[in-house]
Amino acid sequence: MPDKHPVRPTRVGKKSKYFALREEIPHNLYIFLGVCFIAAILIAWEIITRAGLVRPLFLPRPSAIILEGIRQVQEGILHVDASASIYRIVIGWAFATLVAVPIGILMGNFKFVEGLLEPFVDTVRYMPVVALIPLTILWAGIGDFQKFLILFIGTFFQQVLMVMDNVKQVPMDLIRVGQTLGLSRFEILRTIVLPAAFPGIWDTFRITMGWTWTYLVVAELVAAENGLGRRIMDAQRYLATDTIIFGILFIGFLGLITDYIFKISGRILFKWTQGH
Amino acid sequence: MQPPKIAIQNIVKTFVKDKAPFVVLNDFSIDIQQNEFVTIVGTSGCGKSTLLNIVGGLADSTSGQVLIDGNPVQGPGRDRGFVFQSYSLFEWLTVEKNIFFALKKSPLSPAEKQDIVTEYIDIVGLNGFEKAFPKQLSGGMKQRVAIARALVYKPEVLLMDEPFGALDAQTRGMMQELLLKVWESHKTTVLFITHDVDEAIFLSDRVIVMSARPGTIKMEARVEIPRPRSYEALTTPYFIDIKRQVFDSIREETIKSMTTS
Repeated sequence: MPDKHPVRPTRVGKKSKYFALREEIPHNLYIFLGVCFIAAILIAWEIITRAGLVRPLFLPRPSAIILEGIRQVQEGILHVDASASIYRIVIGWAFATLVAVPIGILMGNFKFVEGLLEPFVDTVRYMPVVALIPLTILWAGIGDFQKFLILFIGTFFQQVLMVMDNVKQVPMDLIRVGQTLGLSRFEILRTIVLPAAFPGIWDTFRITMGWTWTYLVVAELVAAENGLGRRIMDAQRYLATDTIIFGILFIGFLGLITDYIFKISGRILFKWTQGH
Repeated sequence: MQPPKIAIQNIVKTFVKDKAPFVVLNDFSIDIQQNEFVTIVGTSGCGKSTLLNIVGGLADSTSGQVLIDGNPVQGPGRDRGFVFQSYSLFEWLTVEKNIFFALKKSPLSPAEKQDIVTEYIDIVGLNGFEKAFPKQLSGGMKQRVAIARALVYKPEVLLMDEPFGALDAQTRGMMQELLLKVWESHKTTVLFITHDVDEAIFLSDRVIVMSARPGTIKMEARVEIPRPRSYEALTTPYFIDIKRQVFDSIREETIKSMTTS
């Protein structure tokens, strides 16, 4: 006798598995999607400009941007600009970081230091960095030091609070283990709190480095002879839209590379954060 | 007679909450002898963890004092090892290095330290996992590392704050047997906190039931099950008899705490 109620397969398979709530999708597809989206934007851009829907003054063709890039490489401008900007970013960011890490660690562990500094940091944090340009010129002149100062101000006051938060994430019980083992306060900070907070702090480095990049144009706004930001500001004067767009894209590209360097080095440095 | 290993004398702990004083521990006193295994059970919020923190020197009492070998506790120290419910391992260090860490302040030579670490890895049965990182271990294995880390420097007293509270029932049973095995071969004075009555009776020489807040001693039961103990003890009439007494006592307090708060 045939079964009256055949067992039906569950219907899960009928729904698209690519849109299951919070489920993983194949890694290759994940990468492919990101590339597709960017490619789609580029194609749309090419079509719009080729069809003459927008004047080149407002939006030049993608090919014009590429040609502008080739020109800058051939004339050696790009190399000079990029070196000058990277130099400023690295120094400005490193300077901010060298100060932010120790102070952030102290703020995160001693309520005394937090109470002392947080209102000040919070106030400065909201001050517009662009508006500080005249003051920084007055104090630091128009050389590279003024650029470092702008990048420092733009980075430090955010970074110090983030490092403080990273340190506060370290569970109190870990500190207690140190106390029961007879470690001094300094030893606990150095051998327990710092290594425990390090992956978080590394991520803060990655994020704040991104912010330092965004302040580059601001830093090179005044009296810079070269630099990626400077090139963009100069191009504004001549309505060289292709130079502007190329500059912006190139800064984005360098930012992306920096981001990856931090991500990959973090994965290598902190193997222990990965489970099974 | 020998002075008690741990003497907890008239401990009072009050917090100020919403500008009103809030008594957590009220005149709590108990003596614990050398190499005795004492467990405190009580309903949640009865102040048992606060008491353990005071003995560990991790919290101050409002009045009263704790003496270890007759010396008042004035803060945390290497004479008292602590095991937390949260495992609290150093995740950036391997199993071996985690245990090694506890010997930082030890005057032993590195070679001697290595020998002791190897011995304790063996005792808690983590051979083969020396180089694993905590993230790669199960909860039970993590807590075994924590126990080894708390014992390796041979503290006079071992304080355990619901160490198996986060484990599933089966793992918890295995860990209790393991702890007993370790303790029976490396005797030390243990003050253990739990809300699991079976666990308390199975492990201890003496079970203290704490009253609902403010915490005082509600009852005390001696457990005369011979050692070494095995899990079979859990189903003997003697065990069940003690369990009934302890349960009755805790139940009263639980009802009290549910109706007052």
